[in-house]
Amino acid sequence: MRRLIVAIPTLFVVVTVAFFMMRAAPGNPFSGDRKLPPEIEHNIMAKYGMDKPLPVQYVNYVGGVLHGDFGPSLKYRDKSVLDIIAQNYQVSLKIGLAAFAIMVIVGVTLGVIAALRQNGPADYTVMSIAIVGICIPSFVTAPLLQLVFGSQLGWLPIGSWNGGALPNLVMPVLVLAIPQIAIISRLTRAGMIEALKSNYVRTARAKGLPEFTIVVKHAIRAAVLPLVSYLGPAFAGLMTGSLVVERIFGLPGLGKFFVNSALQRDYTVVMGMVIFFAALILVLNLLADVLYAVLDPRVRLS
Amino acid sequence: MTQISLAPGSLRNAALMERAVKGRSLWDDARRRLFRNKAAVASMIVLGLLVLCAVIGPFVTPYAYDEINKNDVWLGPLTGDHLIGSDALGRDLLARLFTGLGVSLAIGAVATTVSLVIGVAWGATAGYIGGVVDEVMMRIVDVLYSLPYIFFVIILMVTFGSNFILLFIAIGAVEWLTMARIVRGQTLSLKQKEFIEAARAAGLTRKAIIARHIVPNLLGPVVVYVTLTIPGVILAESFLSFLGLGVQPPMASLGTLISNGAADMELAPWLLIFPSITMVVTLMCFNFIGDGLRDAIDPKDR
Repeated sequence: MRRLIVAIPTLFVVVTVAFFMMRAAPGNPFSGDRKLPPEIEHNIMAKYGMDKPLPVQYVNYVGGVLHGDFGPSLKYRDKSVLDIIAQNYQVSLKIGLAAFAIMVIVGVTLGVIAALRQNGPADYTVMSIAIVGICIPSFVTAPLLQLVFGSQLGWLPIGSWNGGALPNLVMPVLVLAIPQIAIISRLTRAGMIEALKSNYVRTARAKGLPEFTIVVKHAIRAAVLPLVSYLGPAFAGLMTGSLVVERIFGLPGLGKFFVNSALQRDYTVVMGMVIFFAALILVLNLLADVLYAVLDPRVRLS
Repeated sequence: MTQISLAPGSLRNAALMERAVKGRSLWDDARRRLFRNKAAVASMIVLGLLVLCAVIGPFVTPYAYDEINKNDVWLGPLTGDHLIGSDALGRDLLARLFTGLGVSLAIGAVATTVSLVIGVAWGATAGYIGGVVDEVMMRIVDVLYSLPYIFFVIILMVTFGSNFILLFIAIGAVEWLTMARIVRGQTLSLKQKEFIEAARAAGLTRKAIIARHIVPNLLGPVVVYVTLTIPGVILAESFLSFLGLGVQPPMASLGTLISNGAADMELAPWLLIFPSITMVVTLMCFNFIGDGLRDAIDPKDR
């Protein structure tokens, strides 16, 4: 409930800050490549309501957003902001979801293995890999993978989307997932070690349950709890990663659009995307809280 | 020791006993544990060397970082005076690497200081005053926390141009949130400790209590978090530089070097490999030192 109360003003702050920051920028969407005569530029500005004082524009914009109208793109002809998001989200969604699935499965598995073999060679191997994974930024892994698997070995295409064909997906998804796998395996390991020391695991052992049941039914359930609250940050991490990945691999996703639009001062597109992403993160955070309460009987939503 | 048992109660022996009991302080203990951690010690040595390279390196290399040599274009490592090769403009990679490392480290240090100052002030105030003030201040942090901050940094960099000082401030300004939370939590629990009560009972002023008792006890977690923030900041900067929004040419940072290297990796892989290795090693050093510090200061987390 508290989250919900925070979520609404948060979105409002997002809209406000993004709006005024964008407008504080020198130049405008029409001052780009070709210099327009000042009169024409003025007319275009008036057409989009940008000749009015800033507060008026702000009120108009917020009014529009509340009605689900994010305005037209100022750079792409005949496209509204919603069109652009609708046409490009699939690429980001696809690689994002694939990376998400991989990072959870691989991360949790590695974490559990490390915890079960605490201070053994398996543990040290996993944790060393994890620390390397955290330290290597995605814009290092991506070109290195391209260099090795793309141009040297020639196993995978270096870039491009190609309608989402599997070989084209492998590297972007891997690059997105690697740092998150590292973080998740560390979190899982810490949670597992704590869970294995807990009283209820000792009780389960005393009951004579098989080790497999103890680990799967009792320990893992408690160990993945911290992961649930990591859901929101993980998603933010994926988004940040997708900015780089989409650029390096030349994928036509939202991340690529965002940077380009910001550089071109396409106010409405930038704003629309910031709101879109902020809303997504907030929804995920809410979801994480609900999930947490469902999984952990000690937490109850008031 | 025998003296003490022979004549208990005498003033001289009381002083002796005090010396014998004093032994090591909490910090002595922490230092001892830290220096027993091989990874952390090795990291400190490597990091020291890296800093030395960044500071002295630019004066030692035969070329300046922005010196263009028309005859030395794209030389591989170990050719001519270029120890690790040269780039598309014939600039010496070693000189650029040293300079870039320095820039990245400087950004790490300055932005972390910014986040440290804001975060400690904010968190300690909220935690110590408590009540409504705490509630409001932490809600603000909550709201800012759920923003997709990288988008704001991007907008900020686009808006105000890639200005060096702004880059420091922008990154520092988004990194202070976690610091504020940590400091507040710590302050809250410290406030209720007996030794604070004792200090209050002894008639110490609020200022003295904060300076003498709260701040020194905050130091542990803050120091740990600082060492973990620096690599985060370096990553954030190189991320921006990679997107073309950070440090502008001919200046170099690790991010710009990697980004340029990635562009030419098929022709000149060394341009990608050396900066990448430097970056990964730097980040790993900070992470190992941070982990080591955490284990040393807060051993129960091990």
